[in-house]
Amino acid sequence: MTGLTTGTVLPYLLLAVVAVPFLGSVTALLPAPPGLRGRGPDQAVLRHGVTVTGAVLLLSVALAAGFDRGDPARMQATTDVPWIPALGTRFHLGVDGVSLPLLVLTALLTFLCAVHAYFRGPKGTSARGFVALLLLLEGGTLATFAVLDLLLFFLAFETVLIPMYFLIARWGGAGRERAAWKFILYTLLGSVVMLLGLLLLGLRGGTFDMVALATDSPSPIGHGTQLLAVLAIGAGLAVKTPMWPLHSWLPDAHTAAPTTGSVLLAGVLLKMGTYGFVRILLPIAPDGMRTVAPYLGALAVAGIVYGSLACLGLALPPSASPRSASPAGAGEGPGGGGGGGDGGRFGGGDLKRLIAYSSVGHMGFVLLGIASLTPTGVNGALFANIAHGLITGLLFFLVGAVKERYGTADLDRLAGVSGGALYGRAPRLGGLFAFGAVASLGLPGLAGFWGEMLALFGAFRPADGLNRPLFLVFTAVGAAGTLLTAAYLLVVVRRVCMGDREPGHSDGAVPAAPADVDASVDTDGSDGSPGASAASAEGMGAREGAQAGGRAGPHAAAHTAPAAGSGPAATAPVTATPAGTAPATATPAASASRGAAPPVFADVRGHEFAAWTPLVVLTVLAGLWPAVLLGLTDPAVQALLTGGSR
Amino acid sequence: MTSLVQSVDWLALAPPALAAGAALVVLVADLFLPERRKPLLGVLATAGLLLAGLALLPLLGGERRTFCLTTDPDTCSYVADPFALAFQFLVLGGALLTALISLHTVRDRQVPAGEYWFLLLASAAGAALLPASRDLATLVIALEVASLPVFALVGLVRDSRLSGESALKFFLSSVTATAVMLLGVSFVYAVTGALHLPRVADGLADVPPGLATLATAGVALTLVGFAFKAAAAPFHFWVPDTYIGAPVPVAGYLSVVGKAAGLAGLILVAVVAFPSHAEVWGPVVAVLAALTMTAGNAAALRQRPDRAHGAVRLLAWSSVGQAGYLLVPVAAAAYTGASGGAVGTAVAYALMYAAVNLGAFAVTALVVRARPAGRIADFRGLWAEHPLAALALAFFLLVLAGLPPGVIGLFAKAAVVSAALEAGLGWLALVTAVNVVIALVYYLRWTADLFRAPVTGTADGPADGGASATADGGADGGPATLSAVGAAAGPAESPAAGAGSATAAPRGSTKGAATGTTASGASAAPGVSAAPGGAAPLRTPVSLAAAISLAAVLGVALSGAPQLVLRFVTAALF
Repeated sequence: MTGLTTGTVLPYLLLAVVAVPFLGSVTALLPAPPGLRGRGPDQAVLRHGVTVTGAVLLLSVALAAGFDRGDPARMQATTDVPWIPALGTRFHLGVDGVSLPLLVLTALLTFLCAVHAYFRGPKGTSARGFVALLLLLEGGTLATFAVLDLLLFFLAFETVLIPMYFLIARWGGAGRERAAWKFILYTLLGSVVMLLGLLLLGLRGGTFDMVALATDSPSPIGHGTQLLAVLAIGAGLAVKTPMWPLHSWLPDAHTAAPTTGSVLLAGVLLKMGTYGFVRILLPIAPDGMRTVAPYLGALAVAGIVYGSLACLGLALPPSASPRSASPAGAGEGPGGGGGGGDGGRFGGGDLKRLIAYSSVGHMGFVLLGIASLTPTGVNGALFANIAHGLITGLLFFLVGAVKERYGTADLDRLAGVSGGALYGRAPRLGGLFAFGAVASLGLPGLAGFWGEMLALFGAFRPADGLNRPLFLVFTAVGAAGTLLTAAYLLVVVRRVCMGDREPGHSDGAVPAAPADVDASVDTDGSDGSPGASAASAEGMGAREGAQAGGRAGPHAAAHTAPAAGSGPAATAPVTATPAGTAPATATPAASASRGAAPPVFADVRGHEFAAWTPLVVLTVLAGLWPAVLLGLTDPAVQALLTGGSR
Repeated sequence: MTSLVQSVDWLALAPPALAAGAALVVLVADLFLPERRKPLLGVLATAGLLLAGLALLPLLGGERRTFCLTTDPDTCSYVADPFALAFQFLVLGGALLTALISLHTVRDRQVPAGEYWFLLLASAAGAALLPASRDLATLVIALEVASLPVFALVGLVRDSRLSGESALKFFLSSVTATAVMLLGVSFVYAVTGALHLPRVADGLADVPPGLATLATAGVALTLVGFAFKAAAAPFHFWVPDTYIGAPVPVAGYLSVVGKAAGLAGLILVAVVAFPSHAEVWGPVVAVLAALTMTAGNAAALRQRPDRAHGAVRLLAWSSVGQAGYLLVPVAAAAYTGASGGAVGTAVAYALMYAAVNLGAFAVTALVVRARPAGRIADFRGLWAEHPLAALALAFFLLVLAGLPPGVIGLFAKAAVVSAALEAGLGWLALVTAVNVVIALVYYLRWTADLFRAPVTGTADGPADGGASATADGGADGGPATLSAVGAAAGPAESPAAGAGSATAAPRGSTKGAATGTTASGASAAPGVSAAPGGAAPLRTPVSLAAAISLAAVLGVALSGAPQLVLRFVTAALF
């Protein structure tokens, strides 16, 4: 009955951070008021998305500014009012040093996604639903990090499922329905088990309040119950994280999801799992965690090695014969719009899939840090969480941009067809991509380094009572994993940014020197393009064909160019176009062998710079001054590990 | 006042009495009203139900009893305690929603109005009487008053063979259950010599050793009858056939009010009359709950989207599954007692379920009006034609599934699971949790369908689904939407898209329409704006819209303040 405890404005800021996305989600469905109609309903609602997410970002930054850094272990900005007395559920919000960085990260990434969507436009159907779902997703994620009640946590945890499901199923690429189902079924199976565990904790502990449960000492919950609860809750969180071997929904979901979905999925949704471990299991069921920690550590390093090996397998060029029968096989529309044929998924070397597997590895480090049960390890885990959100978010943005330009994210085709590849064709994009990859492999001085190093340190000297030799083995294996990570990421950078050294394996094309063949390079998503020949069918061909048609001028399909820009939509009709026009009118290069690429296409555009720069800057900042972040998390972690925050 | 004359508290009796009175008024008025004034009967019936519901208000303060024994004023046949009031509110509210849904069905399907409204009101009166009854005879009578009119309601659509058959099936299985129940009641009476529930409880607590078997048999047989009404497995087989044969509103009524009556009876008999035999019926009800939810959800999962009456069939099976969740707290009450939160959890869950399930039936009634086949596939693209109805149905389905934004569904399920855990029924909690996931698959599949592109043969739908949807769409907005999109798509070179795969074609044309009409590509807009004009036959009747919005408002209000129903978990009910 304490109501708003702190007399300051902070509680209202936090309430607003959580509530504004939900309100924005509802209002996105309403017709725009006069004066805010913009250039059309879609533009208006996309702008609404940018406005709301921008406001949330500002609010969260204000919250961070008002946060008392001197005492990050204390729950601040708390609101605590009874909501459902019958179930003992309280509307209890608050932030401490653990949750504040995640809140800001979520607000930032969602804002960048909204900006991205504003300029690129969601593919498929109405933008209205897209924005509403995006905001619902943001609200659910922010609520997950802000709530301090077990049942409320579960509610927020579940809130993100429906929007993510629809984001994948409606705006995703090929195989999206199946991937979306897999995503939601895995997560749900995990989360109902988690509900059982949460109820068990709440019923045995006598309250659902996380802070009260964490500070109750001695804990009223016996070891057996704690173990059961850790197993049940851990299962739900591990699916979300994802922990090997429960990860198999992730690559599919990432491959099929639109750029926005991938960024948010990797950037923030996965963090909900690891956050749950730190916020709920470590302080409330410490005895249970101690029993489970060795197994958790083992699974974590298995995930590290598995993720790295899977990535290496995807990254390495096919050893002997060409991987895909038809190099022009299939491409998806820009931005991952679905519908057209797709070879990337079956070709294996899809970049999005690769980054998804790399996430399994990175989250393995996070889990290893948590399993060490030491402040060092847990701090490392939280740091790696943030770093992974920044870096993987950036990488998914970049891969989305590559996919927009090439119509594919298939590594073999990117490396093979393009010859000079990114460094030659879009140097700035290539540079950013290399930056992202190097940050991801944990180069000292960038954000990726500290988290994984601290996690390994934690495992090197695990908490008392844990089997040290076992954890030493974990440390060694994890360290080997970092080497593997470096290996595959460097392979990827070399292949994507520089192209394959022996180009013959892909389709026998000889990479041509960059040649400026086309004036229309600044057109959205146009690459003047290797495959305008009839042979390059489907998605990729469709767009290029349309481009060719556009250049042809008098052709009846002159204005299909914008239509084709919006995705795989008119696959069939446009594919017909190049057959008639391209050979006649397209550039010499295009009518020549399909691999002789004129590798000029749009480099990083203004809005893309705007969206990516914050991530780059933060990656560097977090790498150079880790103390900023660790100063926030460390006291809070110390408190959580020693009987809860005050 | 001599001691032989009971004083009847008419105020306490008002809710069922008003409903019964309204039934008689309708029956008589039917004789005198000319044919064209018959719709007035519906209004009359709705007003009667509303009045009966309002009569609950003065009772809220305390507990009223009537028809008490003159020798023992504490032993009464009718008690308006919070438990009774909650169920009466559920029953009368459910009947009111059903009435709103029915107003146009009665007109459209040429159902005899007088009979229909009389039967509905009579059944509602019985169902409202049941939760307040506190002796076995009144309980049985109330249960029969609640169910006998429904047999007739199910068979009321004269031209439908299916209707008559399902009515007969329902009737025969129900009568069998009643016979079994009466046998059980007579055994219990033989053992205890009492009919009033508290006295039965006392009697059963101290059974002479020779009669122990008889008592156990009586308890089991009595429960069977109520389990049948609540459609618990293995007494659920009548549900799907009966539901699809009945008019949609009647199916909704059966799934909510019929089930609530059965559940209320089961709780009264089990918790109030047979607490001493909890070790007998507790495990049985727990197993029944697990079986019921599993059977219902598994069958619902197997429903094909292109099967005729698929929507009602799916709702029928899902209501069997939901009955399973409802039984979980009843089973838990065997271990925690009547004063524990278990019974309240069942009440809360039933209230939540009543609002959203009737809402789902209301939207189904709306769609079935235009597309009598009533397949799940007919709901595809509802968002484009009827955005509000689609949003409402999506919300109802998500509440039933227990996923946000259906917050109340989630908390009601959490309450059910926590009741099971509290009672030490860990296995039942686990079965419930797994069932929630299974149920989610079909609820979400349906929800996702609502937002698909309208009238298409998408990857998982067979090609003939799309084709026949277009064909039978003659009466609805489907072709209008399609042709509008097609027309707009023309200039954008999309006709050739017809050569593409079934998946690509409609998408391509939508996209073409977008780029053809606006610069920024408003893809869904043309379809949406075209629909209201073209879908005139699908215009929503006011009563139906009122029913849907009432259910939606209830659902949203409960989601915002779950305490509204969940307070029963901690309230003293008896």
